[in-house]
Amino acid sequence: MTSATQQAIDGVWRIESARLIAGLARIVGDVGLAEDLAQDALVAALEQWPESGVPDNPGAWLMAVARRRGVDTIRRAATLQRKVELLGRELSDHETPMDEIEFDPHVEDDVLRLMFTACHPLLSVEARVALTLKMVAGLSTEEIARAFLVKTTTMAARITRAKQALTEANVPFEVPVGEELADRLSSVLEAVYLVFNEGYTATAGEQWARAELCQEAMRLGRMLAALAAGESETHALVALMEIQASRLRARTGSDGEIVTLDKQDRARWDRLLITHGLATLDRAEEIGGTGSYAIQAKIAACHARAPRAEDTDWVRIASLYGDLVALTRSPIVELNRAVAVSMADGPAAGLAVTDGLLDVAALRNYHLLPSVRGDLLAKLGRSMEARAEFERAAELTSNEAERAHLLARASSS
Amino acid sequence: MKVMVLGKATERSEAGEFGSAEEFAAMDLFNEQLVEAGVVLAADGLQPTSKGKRVAFDADGNTTVIDGPFAETKELVAGFSIWEVASMDEAVEWVKRSPLRDTEVELRKVLDAEDFDESFAAEIAAAEERRRAEPTARS
Repeated sequence: MTSATQQAIDGVWRIESARLIAGLARIVGDVGLAEDLAQDALVAALEQWPESGVPDNPGAWLMAVARRRGVDTIRRAATLQRKVELLGRELSDHETPMDEIEFDPHVEDDVLRLMFTACHPLLSVEARVALTLKMVAGLSTEEIARAFLVKTTTMAARITRAKQALTEANVPFEVPVGEELADRLSSVLEAVYLVFNEGYTATAGEQWARAELCQEAMRLGRMLAALAAGESETHALVALMEIQASRLRARTGSDGEIVTLDKQDRARWDRLLITHGLATLDRAEEIGGTGSYAIQAKIAACHARAPRAEDTDWVRIASLYGDLVALTRSPIVELNRAVAVSMADGPAAGLAVTDGLLDVAALRNYHLLPSVRGDLLAKLGRSMEARAEFERAAELTSNEAERAHLLARASSS
Repeated sequence: MKVMVLGKATERSEAGEFGSAEEFAAMDLFNEQLVEAGVVLAADGLQPTSKGKRVAFDADGNTTVIDGPFAETKELVAGFSIWEVASMDEAVEWVKRSPLRDTEVELRKVLDAEDFDESFAAEIAAAEERRRAEPTARS
């Protein structure tokens, strides 16, 4: 096979696969079957295009082949059903001949349906992520497995189980409406953001594969924002991811260590992503901007807008964390607020916020609470108390590098 | 990866013509597809070079400002986009879908960290170490 054709097929697949699977799913009513048919068409392209050349309209070619396979599949099923009928059992009415169904070139709504179906809440978030990357982003099972550091067979099994679960539950291929929409949308956004974070917080594995995950997530987010343009949180999530990703180049040092925000070389931030992210945040705010992704994006934007770390608007960040606490009721967010308050109003004010967290059961074994308190106490010159907090934090963390860092701080307090 | 897409100038674009309503509509539809695929980071058209400038530097850094228009129409840029794609192949396949006629589009991968060789990367890292070693006003 010529490598040029192989490369062309890779490019075509990236562009066409989501539209292809989505268009097929609308016809056959089952995303699992649609994905199988699309893969059959891809195999046919890999066999035929090196000989015949890439067709003028590769998307239509793939669709035609996949539909033909679909007709065969349904005929086989129909034959089986006739045999079943002979046995005196009932025939189902799923016999619409596919050739009579017109293919609609405006498949964008189908792609949106595909995203909602792949991210159905009946699936675990891991299953949603796998299906979305496979069916919407067009990644291969090997690529997804590599990015998530699991065996290809494990990932393949996860994808198969997820497809079966959707088929068995008879999940309709549609965009939910009314009250259901908000829940279903957050299920999609959660999966997209998990893909992003998997790449962003990578501490192990092949770095390049992980950075690609951030790009895939941003791309999925932008697709969602374009297709569900009326939903503020879709734009907000894109803004959040883009502004965070703008720092990717600056957040790793020469030895691969994490460089914290205040020490990053801001000249290395990706200005294009910041510009796009801030514009996208504006759009989110025009039509809402009060959701949790919007607040997080606004916080990220405060950092992005500061030319130097000392220019950061901590008063606004502390206030935004207050909004986020009110929305999420999360003690971990409250701990973040404590840090922001300490930057805005000094360590004593921040420490007072953490006092309110001491009795929270969810944080009892959370090392960052004593770690933050140790830092604030040290700044206040209360070194004995700071040392005790750092020692407690060191006991609680499971990360060796972090434990060493905390013990060092304890002994220097 | 990011790819810069450079739309080359034509005699018409250099004359400041925008193209017919049909051409515009076709281009709009194409751009819409790109946005819906989550690919576009930036995209804009440029005025003809008759409204552009060039600044030339000699070896000593002396500058000369040259007013447009410029010759070699086919070498000039009439518009640009920046796309985020999985590969150059994907970018090529996208360009093939554009409704452009009788012109040329140039695709250039935007440099990222992986493109710098190791010695250069080490040099940057060393410069950064020096900068980080300098005392800062506040942590």
